[in-house]
Amino acid sequence: MSTHEQYYVPAQSKWPIIATLGMLFSVYGLGTWFNDLKADRAESNGPLIFFIGGLFLAYMLFGWFGNVIRESRGGLYSAQMDRSFRWGMSWFIFSEVMFFAAFFGALFYVRTFAGPWLGGEGAKGIAEMLWPNFDYTWPLLNTPDPKLYPAPKGIIDPWHLPLINTILLVTSSFTVTFAHHALKKNHRTALKAWLALTVLLGASFLVLQVEEYVHAYTELGLTLGSGIYGATFFMLTGFHGAHVTLGAIILTVMLIRVLKGHFTADQHFGFEAASWYWHFVDVVWLGLFVFVYVL
Amino acid sequence: MSAVIDHGHTDHAHGPAKGLMRWVLTTNHKDIGTMYLWFSFAMFLLGGSMAMVIRAELFQPGLQIVQPEFFNQMTTMHGLIMVFGAVMPAFVGLANWMIPLMIGAPDMALPRMNNFSFWLLPAAFGMLVSTLFSEGGGPNFGWTFYAPLSTTYAPESVTFFIFAVHLMGISSIMGAINVVATILNLRAPGMTLMKMPLFVWTWLITAFLLIAVMPVLAGCVTMMLMDIHFGTSFFSAAGGGDPVLFQHVFWFFGHPEVYIMILPAFGAVSSIIPAFARKPLFGYTSMVYATASIAFLSFIVWAHHMFTVGIPLTGELFFMYATMLIAVPTGVKVFNWVSTMWQGSMTFEAPMLFAVAFVILFTIGGFSGLMLAIAPADFQYHDTYFVVAHFHYVLVPGAIFGIFASAYYWLPKWTGHMYDETLAKLHFWMSFIGMNLAFFPMHFVGLAGMPRRIPDYNLQFADFNMVSSVGAFTFGATQFLFLFIVIKCIRGGKPAPAKPWDGAEGLEWTVPSPAPYHTFSTPPDVK
Repeated sequence: MSTHEQYYVPAQSKWPIIATLGMLFSVYGLGTWFNDLKADRAESNGPLIFFIGGLFLAYMLFGWFGNVIRESRGGLYSAQMDRSFRWGMSWFIFSEVMFFAAFFGALFYVRTFAGPWLGGEGAKGIAEMLWPNFDYTWPLLNTPDPKLYPAPKGIIDPWHLPLINTILLVTSSFTVTFAHHALKKNHRTALKAWLALTVLLGASFLVLQVEEYVHAYTELGLTLGSGIYGATFFMLTGFHGAHVTLGAIILTVMLIRVLKGHFTADQHFGFEAASWYWHFVDVVWLGLFVFVYVL
Repeated sequence: MSAVIDHGHTDHAHGPAKGLMRWVLTTNHKDIGTMYLWFSFAMFLLGGSMAMVIRAELFQPGLQIVQPEFFNQMTTMHGLIMVFGAVMPAFVGLANWMIPLMIGAPDMALPRMNNFSFWLLPAAFGMLVSTLFSEGGGPNFGWTFYAPLSTTYAPESVTFFIFAVHLMGISSIMGAINVVATILNLRAPGMTLMKMPLFVWTWLITAFLLIAVMPVLAGCVTMMLMDIHFGTSFFSAAGGGDPVLFQHVFWFFGHPEVYIMILPAFGAVSSIIPAFARKPLFGYTSMVYATASIAFLSFIVWAHHMFTVGIPLTGELFFMYATMLIAVPTGVKVFNWVSTMWQGSMTFEAPMLFAVAFVILFTIGGFSGLMLAIAPADFQYHDTYFVVAHFHYVLVPGAIFGIFASAYYWLPKWTGHMYDETLAKLHFWMSFIGMNLAFFPMHFVGLAGMPRRIPDYNLQFADFNMVSSVGAFTFGATQFLFLFIVIKCIRGGKPAPAKPWDGAEGLEWTVPSPAPYHTFSTPPDVK
């Protein structure tokens, strides 16, 4: 262990309770909204409650992070504090990895076990008696019960948009690293350029992803409701897309902070955490590209 | 492990704030630990009252008190509240209070996030419990919420259940990250990993388990949400999915979860037994490795909950043998505790009584677990009261006795007063008798074929069920005595010295009792 200075223990803070209220209102509103939609109730106060929760959360995010940035720039954080942040961020990313693992696990389970069994293979072939005409193939272009889950007409060709997206995202992982190196050498202009380019690449990725979804929904009949292929496809790519969106927002905040003159060559964990997160979404994408699109 | 008494005599700028807002806005690990513990106890009484409804209905065969629909809500909510509301927050509360004191840290590593972790819990449980009063009733699909019961056939409240689980998950993950960061980064100089008290070790490993599996639970309930509201078919074979997939994802979370609820108790008991046997813990290093082995094995045994669902033979065999392997590190722990007591000069104050009962009764729960691990035998035991007996033996005299032992052990440190030893012993004996009366007969009715989660039963099970109910009522009523003892201890009593137990070891006993609002603002030196 290195030498310990006084570890900074913040005084009372209002942000956690505001965050709690924001989350409670958001999920309560969302739940009400979903239930009202499902039950075809014309009037729902769900959206309003959800919106109020969103306001709380937005206020909290600005306030809490603003607070941390002020404390950091006020020199309250020691090297030991920095390590706490590093441990925190690493384990947070690990928890995210496990979240994606649940969906990847579902995909592998269906492709390795449940699907073939449903098609009549192996000791569990008895499941075939439910839908004797069902043949299992992957990608699943027919479902056991097409009335409930109409099968897609086709799937996304991995060698067009997804390939471009792979190139965009992998490139952006490099550019954010270049930005990091520039920051460490105190080349602020290069830092700004590389970081801006990273955000741009992330945004382009998202635009293409939206285009792909529109294509899937309008032309291919590939939807959330088109059987397990659509379910795994959209949940995996959708959650990844949500993470890219979040990552891009975080990087944008970092860009604004860089433009304001924040971060020094040796103290910039906020930036580093953002780049860790960005590498993480990149790696998840590589998994998606291989296991969802190509194989 | 020896420690030098040096806790920094700096004057602290701020003590606790006044009034309600002290608790709402606090960043102090002791305040937050206290809130966790009180919240957990409130949930323990709430979940316990639901158990009383269940036992009242099962007092006699036939339907007397509640409708089957409500009975289902009671079994579901009892399980959810006890697992996520009572046991887990109690251990987080103990972690908050004790880990900084044990490793010589000024607070938890991320104090504001700590407050956030706590306050999410009342929000989540407020939302979950309120669904009991909604149209269609609360969740009624069992705490394991198997699809399609929890998707196709679920009441509307399932949506709020899903979001409540999300909030609890976020709370647990943040809490666990805080624990890991604190242990890895805030140890006093000289407090090497292998000098840490076992409670700290077991919590480090528990936190790792939490971070690894709570997100999987989040993924699981998200798939449910999508199946219910957005037409996906993860758990519907009609779309190419599989209801069994639900069970795999759920138990991949669920099995490590079981260890999340017991490992911190292992740690606490490993401090308490040496203190009252007045001997150092036998086999410290092997305890650490045993805990780590249990954690590793917990990831590869989940399908032993699913032997009867029709997994392939290879799967049955693999999960059967892997499960039995867990007996090895668990046996190491039990033998170590017994060896610690061997030839010690033991006294039996309340913490020790609970700890010794823990070792004996948890072992009974472990053995019935071993019986359940035998796949062909499990075909008979599955979904019977034998399973209920098994997991209540590991959770009540396991997790909950571990919590009681910890509470009595550290109450003098928290309050500055000694608790009433006579009443505490009464609490122990009433709990011990009540709990065994409630759960031991369940082994018999289970082996004889009484199914779990059903509000009625065959006449031949009547006598044992009546005994179970009497035991459950005894156990339940006794917990008000615990409440009384704790309140009495907070309000007064014999002043507690810094180290009230002769044989106790550790940094927490180097600070005065009650522990000052801020401790170890500058880290102590650990030799």
